[in-house]
Amino acid sequence: MHNFELVKPTTIADAVSALGGEDAQALGGGQTLIPTMKQRLAAPAVLVSTAGIDEMKGVCLDDNGRLCIGGATTHATVAAEAAAHYPGLAALASTIGDPAVRNRGTIGGSLANNDPAACYPAGVLGSGAMVVTNSREIAADDYFQGMFTTALDEGEIITEVKFPVPEKSNYQKFLQPASRFALTGVFVAKFGGGVRVAITGASEDGVFRWTAAEEALSADFSTGAVDGLSMAADGLINDLHGTPAYRANLCKVLTVRAVNAAA
Amino acid sequence: MTTVSMTVNGKSVSGDVEGRTLLSAFLREDLGLTGTHVGCDTSQCGACVVHVDGKAVKACSVFAGECDGSEVTTIEGMANADGSMGTIQQAFQDYHGLQCGFCTPGMVMSAAALLAENPTPSEAEIRHYLEGNICRCTGYHNIVRAIQAASGQDVAPVAAE
Amino acid sequence: MPKDHGIGASNKRREDVRFLTGRGKYTDDINLAGQAYVHFVRSDVAHGTINKIYTTAAAAADGVVGIFTGADFEGVGGLPCGWQVTDRHGNPMQEPPHPVLAQGKVRHVGDPIAAVVATSYEAARDAAALLDVDIAELPAVVDMKAAVADGATKVHDELESNLCYDWGFVEENRDAVDTAIKNAHHVTTLELVNNRLIPNAMEPRVAVGAYDPTNDESTLYTTSQNPHVIRLLMGAFVLGIPEHKLRVVAPDVGGGFGSKIFHYAEEAFCTFAAKQLKMPVKWTAQRSESFMTDAHGRDHVTKIELALDAEGHFQAIRTETYANMGAYLSTFAPSVPTWLHGTLMAGNYKTPLIYVNVKAVFTNTVPVDAYRGAGRPEATFQLERVIDVAAREMGIDPVELRRKNFVTEFPYATPVAVEYDTGDYNAVMDKALEIADVAGFDARAAASQAAGKWRGLGINTYIEACGIAPSALVGQLGARAGLYESATVRVNATGGLVVMTGSHSHGQGHETAFPQVIAEMIGIDESMVEVVHGDTANTPMGMGTYGSRSLAVGGSAMVRATEKIINKAKKIAAHLLEASADDIELKDGQFSVAGTDKSVAWGDVTLAAYVPHNYPLEDIEPGLEETAFYDPSNFTYPAGAYICEVEVDPDTGKVTIDRFSAADDFGNVVNPMIVEGQVHGGLAQGIGQALLENCAYDENGQILSASYMDYAMPRADDVPMFSVDHSCQTPCTHNPLGVKGCGEAGAIGSPPAVVNAVVDALQRNGRDVRHIDMPLSPSRVWSAMNG
Ligand SMILES: Cc1cc2nc3c(=O)[nH]c(=O)nc-3n(C[C@H](O)[C@H](O)[C@H](O)COP(=O)(O)OP(=O)(O)OC[C@H]3O[C@@H](n4cnc5c(N)ncnc54)[C@H](O)[C@@H]3O)c2cc1C
Ligand code: FES
Ligand code: FES
Repeated sequence: MHNFELVKPTTIADAVSALGGEDAQALGGGQTLIPTMKQRLAAPAVLVSTAGIDEMKGVCLDDNGRLCIGGATTHATVAAEAAAHYPGLAALASTIGDPAVRNRGTIGGSLANNDPAACYPAGVLGSGAMVVTNSREIAADDYFQGMFTTALDEGEIITEVKFPVPEKSNYQKFLQPASRFALTGVFVAKFGGGVRVAITGASEDGVFRWTAAEEALSADFSTGAVDGLSMAADGLINDLHGTPAYRANLCKVLTVRAVNAAA
Repeated sequence: MTTVSMTVNGKSVSGDVEGRTLLSAFLREDLGLTGTHVGCDTSQCGACVVHVDGKAVKACSVFAGECDGSEVTTIEGMANADGSMGTIQQAFQDYHGLQCGFCTPGMVMSAAALLAENPTPSEAEIRHYLEGNICRCTGYHNIVRAIQAASGQDVAPVAAE
Repeated sequence: MPKDHGIGASNKRREDVRFLTGRGKYTDDINLAGQAYVHFVRSDVAHGTINKIYTTAAAAADGVVGIFTGADFEGVGGLPCGWQVTDRHGNPMQEPPHPVLAQGKVRHVGDPIAAVVATSYEAARDAAALLDVDIAELPAVVDMKAAVADGATKVHDELESNLCYDWGFVEENRDAVDTAIKNAHHVTTLELVNNRLIPNAMEPRVAVGAYDPTNDESTLYTTSQNPHVIRLLMGAFVLGIPEHKLRVVAPDVGGGFGSKIFHYAEEAFCTFAAKQLKMPVKWTAQRSESFMTDAHGRDHVTKIELALDAEGHFQAIRTETYANMGAYLSTFAPSVPTWLHGTLMAGNYKTPLIYVNVKAVFTNTVPVDAYRGAGRPEATFQLERVIDVAAREMGIDPVELRRKNFVTEFPYATPVAVEYDTGDYNAVMDKALEIADVAGFDARAAASQAAGKWRGLGINTYIEACGIAPSALVGQLGARAGLYESATVRVNATGGLVVMTGSHSHGQGHETAFPQVIAEMIGIDESMVEVVHGDTANTPMGMGTYGSRSLAVGGSAMVRATEKIINKAKKIAAHLLEASADDIELKDGQFSVAGTDKSVAWGDVTLAAYVPHNYPLEDIEPGLEETAFYDPSNFTYPAGAYICEVEVDPDTGKVTIDRFSAADDFGNVVNPMIVEGQVHGGLAQGIGQALLENCAYDENGQILSASYMDYAMPRADDVPMFSVDHSCQTPCTHNPLGVKGCGEAGAIGSPPAVVNAVVDALQRNGRDVRHIDMPLSPSRVWSAMNG
């Protein structure tokens, strides 16, 4: 990989100012960025590590009962510490990658990257969470803008994500057999005011909400409610691991399973 | 170049590294600890797993500079104080949990991390935990048994004739 | 009582201690003073003409010590092919040149174009980014049938076509087979694909070349299964270095599975450049390079027809296979779809007439060569699949159909040129049915059904020819090498032994198993025996480890050398005991005179050999060191029966292997623990092929599965605990140990069991699915189920 300078700020303010430099880029857990740099597909001049910024780490509840996760919090920490408050999300975090990846990879890095097969985007969109950056708050519905594309501006970092906690939720991940990312993953969250269903891994446009299922489940939160629905295969990913029709089938099967398992 | 210092297998070490120097390269090339292996460039094989501050980490996917001030344990640090093999290492030998030995350091380090979290894992828990460690030789059967044995669970002896 | 010592004991592996403590010495752990590092600039297109290579900017970059292109290798040899196949018409195969660095054209993604040597890897890569290659892209030839159609773009302009050879076996049987099939009561036809695999030993390939100008000696450290073969091929055919000026060392090697048999361009490059630059040159493959440079495996497209009479007796088999060679002929590539495949088409069955046609085809893909099993998995898969389909078509139980046709009398000469020495296929079938608890299948299937899963049962047998092989035979078949093995046994004055073997261990445990044999023969402790391998400087010329040959061939050489040692030692003992050598017996490390209480210890005899004060110098030389070369008189024929039970999730098509049982006949077994481990590993690779692994190309010749992100390796949770048994033993009749070899069995026997089981699950649940091509990914199974 190309060489760069590694800087390790301890405050968000210092990180933001370091990111103002030319070709500077944030480094979260490096679990995506480092392999990308090995392929020389990214060549930052400065890497600004978020790992030493305590104000970006940890899991807590705010006054509105929202679960707040610091942008530099690792998947392992979320899996352990969110379990009591938001079991569906903690369980999602525990399905990401493998233990070593979870010990490094961060929620901020995952959301900034917005891999079309990543898990967190489903949890964030499915929860209707708020992505907090150093300069603003972005609603999940506005944040995800297609494969590897987000609302973030250059140099903007995710400092926190605030999750409304649903009554029940569940994430069903069907493994892509090689990468073990989601071949398709469905997050279902039942709130007092309605149900959200977010799907990752399936669409060429990245994570999306399955509104037909949301409506049906909001009216009747049971597996039967989904029975009559079917997902159109248009616009779904076609690759070695699954055809669009196959992914469309998975969307439905996994939604049913998530409803069944929701807790 | 910047200077990094860390404790590796209980010894303080330091060295000059570039920003891009990976922990795996620092261990292998600067410290001569070639037990940590590199089997891929996409962070997937797990041959490079070490412990950083007590947690399993892929040494190929963390920069040496990020580990400044950390405690690092590698396969070379897993033996008992008297030099004999530690419990997990011994179980891998006893239950034939290795063949070519290339994945082995990462397997042992992952197994150690698992047993620290979960002292008596089931077969399914072991298999799940090893998701990020690929072995091409053993078919995993004897690795699973070695880890069960290392955790004190009853395991039938190898290959009774 | 399990043995605790000698042949048959599950001795713990002594090599494990260094591997488990981080002290293994793999090639990448070797760093020579002053070494430089090479980065290869590789083609990112599958086919193209190189117009120009601009090296000036790269050459001026920091740390660069040399840049090489194809032009630097003019006058240097190309990478040789070690096997020449003769086609149906008696003509030699088409054999294109294979330059070390591309000359004029690139022919697959990953073909090396230039090499940048610098003071560090990063410097070499930084400089390589400045090197500019002007390539005019040509249409890529990817599909095999299209490649041999009229007017296809040629991979090698100088060849007549993309057809390497059109091989018929046994050609004289062709008409008889046609007639038998035309007149048969029933013919089952199946078209199938044997998916292309990437071997993926966990240790990527590494080469370190060094040159010593004081004695004009070159040394290559390399990740190889057979250092002597590399020395011969590279020295004699590529670089023109005689053996006594070339040393090849293969230290600890992190798995091979065939992919480290072959001589690769990077080995020749590092040796060549080290001499040119007068400094050691090191190359360590990145895994992404491995995907496009290690020889791939399998990649056959086959049509097989099985003719049966009304009772289900096999009458004839006819096959037509397209076998992918890739862009160049890798070292043993031509032999894999022919002699390692056609000769096994009889399987465990007495089919009187067999005709195998193989069209080997050049394409713009990575070269294909032997991968664990090599040819035999391809033969077994098509045969065991077509038998299963035939059983269903004819309404005969698949086990019964197999039993009806088993070879039961030995030796048995097949219609495809080989002679099975021993075997008992009913015995392994019985054993497999027992350990798999097939009797309990229905109850398990009902439990699965209640849980919403479909359970299926797949059964098959396999036979393989291994322990390769008689040199005279393989010579007739086109091998350009002998296939003997060697061992030197050196006894030291105080009685310890060193075995220097031409075999190579890269996971198989030679350092543990070989001493068990000698310990048994002499009656001493294993700890007195050390094994040395992997260095041409201190081992006799040997052909290395592949084809499950180490113990059967290499072990036999060691036995022969040890027999010579014992014979000589008996003469010395006879002298010391003042008896006749014929009366001397060796037991438990003591030489005694038969029928007396006179004896002398092993150590006294060995000491006398080196301190010949009281010694029959007029009859025998002092010292105790012997070498033997062993050339087997036949292949060995391990065989077995494998049973797989799967659960299919009808909603997603996901297949879970719930139980896998393997009953193998490996003949005698030296270390059961190691043998079981070999089977486990082979099973995981076979299951990987059946369910997960697939090297796919797009129509432009780009690899779609070029990293572990898309190439699915079996992980711990993809496989179950295996139930393995090797208690059915019909010892090999023609090697001194009676062993048959166990390294490839698992990978050969398991894919059809898995596919048979999945098809069974679908058919039991009313889906009219006859066949699904591997890998049986969830998407493919679901698509097949949903028609
Ligand atoms: C073997 C393996 C398996 C994996 N499996 C899964 C899986 O199953 N599911 C899944 O979802 N993911 C998976 N991942 C990806 C993993 O979750 C990554 O950790 C994650 O996608 C990126 O997080 P990171 O902290 O490592 O970010 P980095 O790799 O450090 O950075 C990724 C990108 O985000 C930017 N960035 C980092 N932090 C911030 C921030 N706070 N604000 C703004 N931008 C930031 C970086 O500049 C970079 O562009 C896997 C990764 C590996 C190596
Ligand atoms: S080397 Fe493969 S995961 Fe680190
Ligand atoms: S022992 Fe060889 S890869 Fe695991």
